[in-house]
Parts: sequence; C-alpha cells; structure tokens
Amino acid sequence: MINHRRRRAPLRAFTAIVATAALMGGLVACSGGGGSPTPAESIGPDGTDDGSTLTLWTRAPLEKQANLLVDAYNAGHENQVELTVVPNDDYVAKVGAAAGSGGLPDLFAADIVYVPNWVEQGLFQDISAQIDALPFKDAINKGHLTAGTADGKEHVLPFVLDLSMLFWNKELFEEAGLDPDTAPSDLAEFAADAKAIQALNKDGVYGTATGLNCGGCLVFTWFPSVWAAGDQVMNPEGTESLLNSDTAKEMYSTWRDLWESGAVLPSSQDEAGPTWTAGFTEGNVGLMFYPATLLSSTPFDVGVAGIPGPDGGASTFVGGDGIGVSKDSKKAAQAWNFLSWMMSEDAQVGVLAKDNDVVSRSDLATNEYSEKDPRLVTINEVAGNGDTPVALNFQQAFNAPGSPWLTLVRNAVLEGTDTVDDDNQGITEILQQ
Amino acid sequence: MVADTLPARTGRASRRRRSPRARREAVRGWAYAAPTAIFVIFVFLIPLGLVLRMSASDWPLMAGYQGPNFPDNYTEAVQHRLFWDSIGFTLKYTVITTILLVGLGLGLALLVQESTRWKSFLRTSFLVPSALGLASASLLFYVLYSPYAGPFADLMQSWGFTFLGTPEGALWSTVFLVVWRYAGFYMLLMLVGLQGIPDDVYEAAHIDGASRWQTFRDITLPLLRPTFALTIVLCVTGSLLAFEQFYILTKGGPDNSTMTIVQLIYNVAFQGQNNLGIAAALSVIVLIALIVINIFQLRAFRRPDEN
Repeated sequence: MINHRRRRAPLRAFTAIVATAALMGGLVACSGGGGSPTPAESIGPDGTDDGSTLTLWTRAPLEKQANLLVDAYNAGHENQVELTVVPNDDYVAKVGAAAGSGGLPDLFAADIVYVPNWVEQGLFQDISAQIDALPFKDAINKGHLTAGTADGKEHVLPFVLDLSMLFWNKELFEEAGLDPDTAPSDLAEFAADAKAIQALNKDGVYGTATGLNCGGCLVFTWFPSVWAAGDQVMNPEGTESLLNSDTAKEMYSTWRDLWESGAVLPSSQDEAGPTWTAGFTEGNVGLMFYPATLLSSTPFDVGVAGIPGPDGGASTFVGGDGIGVSKDSKKAAQAWNFLSWMMSEDAQVGVLAKDNDVVSRSDLATNEYSEKDPRLVTINEVAGNGDTPVALNFQQAFNAPGSPWLTLVRNAVLEGTDTVDDDNQGITEILQQ
Repeated sequence: MVADTLPARTGRASRRRRSPRARREAVRGWAYAAPTAIFVIFVFLIPLGLVLRMSASDWPLMAGYQGPNFPDNYTEAVQHRLFWDSIGFTLKYTVITTILLVGLGLGLALLVQESTRWKSFLRTSFLVPSALGLASASLLFYVLYSPYAGPFADLMQSWGFTFLGTPEGALWSTVFLVVWRYAGFYMLLMLVGLQGIPDDVYEAAHIDGASRWQTFRDITLPLLRPTFALTIVLCVTGSLLAFEQFYILTKGGPDNSTMTIVQLIYNVAFQGQNNLGIAAALSVIVLIALIVINIFQLRAFRRPDEN
C-alpha cells in the first residue's frame, strides 16, 4: 500500500496544482475587480464625482473627438477618465473577448449599428432613469437613442455623431466649369459633375471615389440615397432587406455607369476601408460622399450638402458611436457623471461644436461656432432628416468582410450582373438568422 | 480474478526490488520531465480541451458559455455558406505555395551551393526576408501595393493589373509576398539537406561518367527525400493555416475569393456571427484534417527501409 501511494503521489500533487490553478483562475475571473455595483436608481442626476478612475474604450476613427472630450472632462472633474483607443478592425473582437470574461471597461463606445445587438446581449447597463431625468432628453438624437433602447429601456447616449455628407472640392469644381457654390441636386447630377471633373484629364485626379470592398463605407454613403427617395433599406424589424427596390437599382446603375466611364478612383475597387477617404482629403477627387467628422481636417475649401437620391431629396446616415455604462462596471454613478457632462452644453458646444463636430442635441444645433460656418448648420439640419438602421445581425449582413451586401454591390457595380434580387435575398437570409 | 491480480503482484514485487538508487533516478527523471509536461498541459492540452468543450457548446462571443449543444456547432460549421469555398481556396493556395516554395527553395539552394564568388552575399540576401515577421512583411506589402503610398500601383493599373481588387490579383499578390518571405527559409533547409549528401557519392558518379542531370536526378533528388519530407510538411501545414497575410492584405476578399479556412474561423468568431462555438467546431475540423494530412505525408515520404 505504501508503495502504491508513493507511485501516485506525483500524479496527485500535479492534479492538485492544476486544480488549484484552475480554481484560482476561476475566482479571479469571477471577482472582476473590487466593490459592488451602484444601483441605478440611487444615482443622482449628475452622478458622482469623487476622484474615481474610469476606463473608456473607443475605436480609432473617433480618436480625435474622444481625446477632446476626455481631456476636457479630466480638466474639470475629480474623476479621471483613462481612454483606450482600439483599432477599428479589432474593436468587436476586443469587446467580445472582454464581455465574455467580465473584463469590459466602465464606459465603452460602440459603432451605432452594432448597438442594438450589444444591448440585446446585455453589454450595457440600463440607464433609463438617468436619461429620462435629463431636461433636454427630447433634443437628443433619436436615432442613437432608439438604437440603444430594448424593451423600453435605454442603455446608450450618442458619443460622437458621424454623418455621411456630400462633399465637393470647390477648386476642382471651378476648374471644371461647375458652380462651386451649388451642390448637385440628384444622383444623375452628381454623376454628371463627377464626369465633368474626370474630363479635366488631370493626372491622378478622378471624379469621385468610394469603398467598393468596404461594406461599412457603402452602408454609410449609399443608404442615404435610398432614404432621400423616401424608401427604406430594411423593414422596421431589421429582418428583411429592401435593397432591391427600384430606387436602389437606379442607384446601382448610376454607380455602374460612373465606374464604366472611368470617373471613379480605380483603387475604390479594392478599397477595404482604411484609406477610403484619402483620395478626397489629398485633393485628388472632385466630389464624394464623405464623413462629416473629417470636415475640420479637410485642408481645402469644400462644399457640404446632404446626400441626394436618384430624384433629389437629401438624407444622411446618422452614424458614429453610442456610449453606455458597461455591464461589468462597478462605478456606474461615476460613469454617469461623465455621460451627463458629455451631454451638457459645455461639452456639446464647448468641445464638439468648437472643433467643427456635429452636436448630439438638436436644441444646440445653432450655436456660436455653427453660426460662423454655415456648413455646420447644413450638417446639423440634415442630421434631422437622416436615419440609423437597426438590425440585430447588421454586422454580419452588411459590415463584415465578404458580407452579402458587399457581394450585391460588387456584382451590380463592378461586374454588371443582373443578380440584385438574388443577392438581396442573401442579405435577408442573414438578417433572419 | 486470478489473472487480474497476478501481474499486479509481479509488478509490486519488481518495484519492491528497486534499489534506492533506481528510485532516486526515477524521481530525477520525473523532475526533468515535469517542467515540459506542465508546459505541454497548460499550453496545449488545456486549451485543446477548452476548444473541444467550446465546439460542443452554445458560446456566443458576447455572452459566453450558454450550455451544451453538440452537435449543432459542427452541423452549422459544415453548412456555412463559405465552408467549402474556403477549403477549396485554402487547398489551391497550399498547392501553389508548396510547389513554388519547394521548387524555389531547391533552386536557390543549388545556386548558393554552386556559386563561389557571390555565395555569402546571395545566401544573406535570400535569407534576410525570413528575419522579418510575417505580419510586418504583410504590412510592408500592403503599403507597397497601396495606390496612395505604394510605388507599383499606378504602373500595374496602367497595365490592367489590380493588386488586391480582383480575385486573381489578391491571390497572386499574396502568393508573391509569401514566396518573398519564405523562399530563403526553404533554401536554408534545402541547403542543409544538400550538404548532408556525402561528397564521395558525387565523386563515384563522376568517375562512372554520370552527367550533371543524371547526378541531380539519380543522386541529389533521392538523397534529399528526408529534406523534401520536412519542407513539404512544413509548407503544407503552414499554408493550410495561412492567416496573417490574408487578414492584413485581403481580409478574405474581394468577394470572399481569398477566404482561407483560418480566416473564416476568425470571421465567424469575431467579424460577423460572433460565435465562438461554431468557430471552435471549425478549428477542431481543421485540426483533425491537419493530423490526417500530416500522417499521409509522413507515410508517403518514409524511406522504404523505415517500413
């Protein structure tokens, strides 16, 4: 018996080590930091400013605005926010891994099209009571609030609004004999202007550009043409794609014509997202549908208007990021202090509008900064006519690499195949999963 | 019962006869093996176990473990709309890169073995790309192919070639990167194999009047069999698991035309379905396929006398 025990002793010792390590790992994973969460109903209107350190994640495209907001908050509050900027392509994976292991930061922003899914997954805390208590609640951007609402409970506020707008290079417009102060009124005029700039035959200069291998870029810039015509891209439940409507088909044929005529920046064909605005920013593209957040960093005189539909009208994709308190945060009161300040006039006007960014409150759309730049007034006004699509499987159907939406656009525009109806059915199948 | 207990008694008896020295040596043996055993258990076996459990569970990325659902993940994995396409592309890519890398590796090895004047320079030149991480090399080529920062795009586009915008362009642009990155490494392996062939074999062939081609065909190639086995196993396994280069250069596009099986696993886990269970099921399928393929490869390259 003694020998028998000795023989098994190393095995038992090893098993004990593995079990202890696993148990400790489990305990660490379960603990998730100290303290206990503050009950939402006990949080005051302005939250708590007690010198806590809050963690905040955002994705790279909003780095500039996030830095401005965080710096301004940290300068005027006891609480301090530590900002982590994550590369755009890695954001979903990082949030997902953290959510699964209980390691989400106190606050995190999410591309507004992902918000419905993430709210559904329970990643954000319910902050309905706090949002409802805001005196200006009715002025907060509806699209973002709706995206963050599930079962009547609100979870998200707009962090940064990013609108897709029609931008045109006034210098190139003048060279092409176009009126630099007048925007094209419909898609056909947009195409004609692009061809006129292409006809300049300037080396490296193209009429327009887009991201034909970037589902997110195409969603952001092409959906508004459908909305401008009064149509929808999906049913209200987000379970059926309507991107085979006559309006949508007219839009594809306009872009097909532009592509075949050589008026689209050739690299648009393989543009997967990282440099989709670079051609315009460098002054080599005449006009394009472009993010309004880049207005302040576009280094030449541009005109700004809403995105037109095939027969006129104007709309925009109210994109950007919503922000909420994560399910793992133990500092909800302090996090709400940041959020309530973020919605205040000090932050919306004193930080965002001052930097030529769009404000999230319609009652502040006209402010001391927008009055100096009529383009900001245009952007703020168009924001009211824009839309934010809501679907649980939005990422898989539209934004993911190789999504059925990308297949539809590439087939219709680059290949010229007559497969819009079939490809649209592919999108619907994903939306219904 | 008697049959069960007899061998045990014999075993105990033999252990009782163990000397203290033998016992000390056994303990020392355990001590030597323990660090590696612990490493293998924590780094390989436990993660493997976790993947197997994940593959048999409902495990959304955002929500974590939701309970067992075997065999649903496997069913959904093989029914994924890109499953067979990604397997087809991965095999196509594997065949192309294996042929190119093994052929080029052998050619370069023969070149640097024969050349005397430029030997050091050539060996260094061919090997330098191997010192660069694959992700870094992919980023470098991403910039080279970029229409904004790269030197080639305008020129190639004027010839009607698009680097990453068409299925063919994306495939061959990636193959070019991989060949550039790995050819030197496979040259090194081949060179070691070539230098392992005894000179007297070549001398005997020379005395017998064999031509250079006959020497290459009848001596070099057969004696390089173990080296070929190693390089082909490495190349096939590496190509079947290709990810970084495609993630950085193409993300599986355009039109899912460069979707490798590992890129598909990544997409299912993090870029669309956000479903770790299905991704884990795909990983297990790939693991089993790799084991089977490697067994066949090693058997195929086994020397007749090893059988």
